[in-house]
Amino acid sequence: MSPEVITTPVVETAKIPDRAQSRAQAARRRKVVVAAARILLLVAVLGLWEALSRAKVIDPFNFSMPSDIWDQIYTWLTHGTALGSLGEQIWYTLYEALLGWIIGVAAGVLFGIALGRITFLADLLGPYIKVLNSIPRIVLAPIFLIWFGLGPASKVASAVVLVFFPVFFNAFQGSREVDRNLVANARILGASDRQVTLQVVIPSATSWIFTSLHVSFGFALIGAIVGEYIGATKGIGLLVAQSQGTLNSAGVYAAMVILAVVALVAEGLLTFAERRIFRWKATNSGH
Amino acid sequence: MSADTSPAIELRGASKTFRTPSGGLHTAVRDLDLTIGRGEFVAVVGPTGCGKSTTLTLVSGLEEPTEGEVLVAGKPVAGVGDKVGFVFQQDATFPWRTVLSNVMAGLRFRGVPKAEAKEKARDWLARVGLAGFEDRYPHQLSGGQRKRVALAATFVNDPEILLMDEPFSALDVQTRALMSDELLDLWEGTGASVVFVTHDLEESIALADKVVVMTAGPATVKQVFDIHLPRPRKVESVRLEPQFIEIYREIWESLGEEVRITRERGAAHVA
Repeated sequence: MSPEVITTPVVETAKIPDRAQSRAQAARRRKVVVAAARILLLVAVLGLWEALSRAKVIDPFNFSMPSDIWDQIYTWLTHGTALGSLGEQIWYTLYEALLGWIIGVAAGVLFGIALGRITFLADLLGPYIKVLNSIPRIVLAPIFLIWFGLGPASKVASAVVLVFFPVFFNAFQGSREVDRNLVANARILGASDRQVTLQVVIPSATSWIFTSLHVSFGFALIGAIVGEYIGATKGIGLLVAQSQGTLNSAGVYAAMVILAVVALVAEGLLTFAERRIFRWKATNSGH
Repeated sequence: MSADTSPAIELRGASKTFRTPSGGLHTAVRDLDLTIGRGEFVAVVGPTGCGKSTTLTLVSGLEEPTEGEVLVAGKPVAGVGDKVGFVFQQDATFPWRTVLSNVMAGLRFRGVPKAEAKEKARDWLARVGLAGFEDRYPHQLSGGQRKRVALAATFVNDPEILLMDEPFSALDVQTRALMSDELLDLWEGTGASVVFVTHDLEESIALADKVVVMTAGPATVKQVFDIHLPRPRKVESVRLEPQFIEIYREIWESLGEEVRITRERGAAHVA
C-alpha cells in the first residue's frame, strides 16, 4: 500500500519473498506429509484387520472384515436393504434425529433463558431439573415406544429428552454469565427488560448455546438409533437390530459406517452455520 | 418553574450498604451531600475502592440509596431515567453489533425510527472521528477507538447528565490526553452536567470546574475545590501552568491523607 514497498532496494525484495516462499513451501510439505501419514495409518489398520481375518487369526464370522463390510454397503446401495432402499433408512433416522434435535434445542434454549432471567422460576424448578437430569434418560426409550408406538414419534421423543438437558444447562449458564456491564449499559441506554433479554442476554448466550449444539446433535442421533433398535418399522437402528438378529456382523459395521458419515456431514453443516453467525467474534474473523 | 432552577443533581444524606457474598454488610458511601449545578463539570477523586463509582450508580438509577435522597433536576430518582448517559470504565460496547449499530442502540431502544437513528449515529461517529468505521465490529478496533464508540453512543442520546466512571483509565497515556481533549470539545457544545470519577488528580483538575475529594471508604465528601482555569482548555498544556501546580498541591494535601489511610488499612488487612 505505502510507496516504500514499491521503492525498496532490490536486494531486500529479492531476499524477503525468498524466505517467505521457503517458509510457505515447508508448510505445504508438512501438510502433505500429515495427510499421507493419516491415509497410511487407515490403510494399515484396515489392511491388518483384513489380513488377520482372512488368515483366521480373528474369527471372520464375529469380527467380519473390511471387504465384507464394503460388499454389504455396496449391496445395500445397489439392491436396497430388506426394509427398502438404503436412502429411505437414512432419511428416516435423519428425520427423527433432526426433528428431535430441533424440538429439544428450542425447548432447552427457551427454558434455559427463562430460568436464567427469572430467578423465581430458577428457584422453583431448579431441584426438579436436577433430579430429571440425573435419570439415565436412555431408559425412557422403551416407555416412549409404549406411549407413541413403532412410528417416528417415539424416536423423536427419546432424541428430545437427550438433547434438552445439555442445551438447557448451557443456555441457563450463558444467560447467567452475561457481562453485567453490558446489561447496565443497555439499561442506561434505555432498554426495557424485554429488550435486555432479546438484544443483550440472547446474543451473548449464543456462544454457550452453540457449544452444546455440537454435542447435542450426536445425542439426537443416539436417541433416534436406540429408539429404532428397540422397535421400529424403518431406519438405520432397525438395520442394526436385524443384522444382529441374523448374526450378520458385516451389516452392523456397515450401519456404523453409514452413521459416522451422516454425523460428520451434520457436524460440518453446523460448523458452517456457526461461522456465519459469529462473524463478530475475533477468533473467526480470519485476522 | 422550580424544576428549571433546581440543580442538575442533588444528593442529600445518601448512603448505600451492600450485602457481601459472605453475609456481612459493606457500606460503600455514607451521608453523602453533594450538589451539582446545570452545565457544571465536576470531578470526583478519592482513594481506589472508596466508593466513588457507587455515587454514580445512585445518580444513574441503577441502584437505590439505602438511606437519604438522590434528586435529578429536582425530582427523586426512580429507576433509570432517559436524561442520563453513562460511560463505563470497562468496555461496554456490544461485541455482536457493528460500530454504527452500537451508536444507534440507545436511540433504537427509545423507539426512534431507524432512518433517523442512523442519520444521528453517523453524525456522531463523524464527530468522534470514526466516520469510516461504521461496519467494523468492536474487536476490530483499538481500545481508544472503542472508547470513542462509547462516547458517540452516549452523546447521541443527548443526555442532560453525563456520568463517567474512570472512562479513560484503561488507555495509554497519550491516548488518554487526546480523549480528554475530545471529551471537553464534545461536552462544550451540549450544556450537559458531568460527574467524572477518577483516581487521577491531574486528570480531574485539567477537566473539571469543581473537584470533589472523597474520604477513604465508606466514602463521603471531604472537601470541594473550585478550579478557575480558563476554558477552552488543552489538558497537555494546562497542566504546565503555575496555577495548575498550585491547585494540585492544595488538593493533594487533602487527598493524600485519605490515600494514606486507605493504604494503611490495606497493609493491616494483609498483616
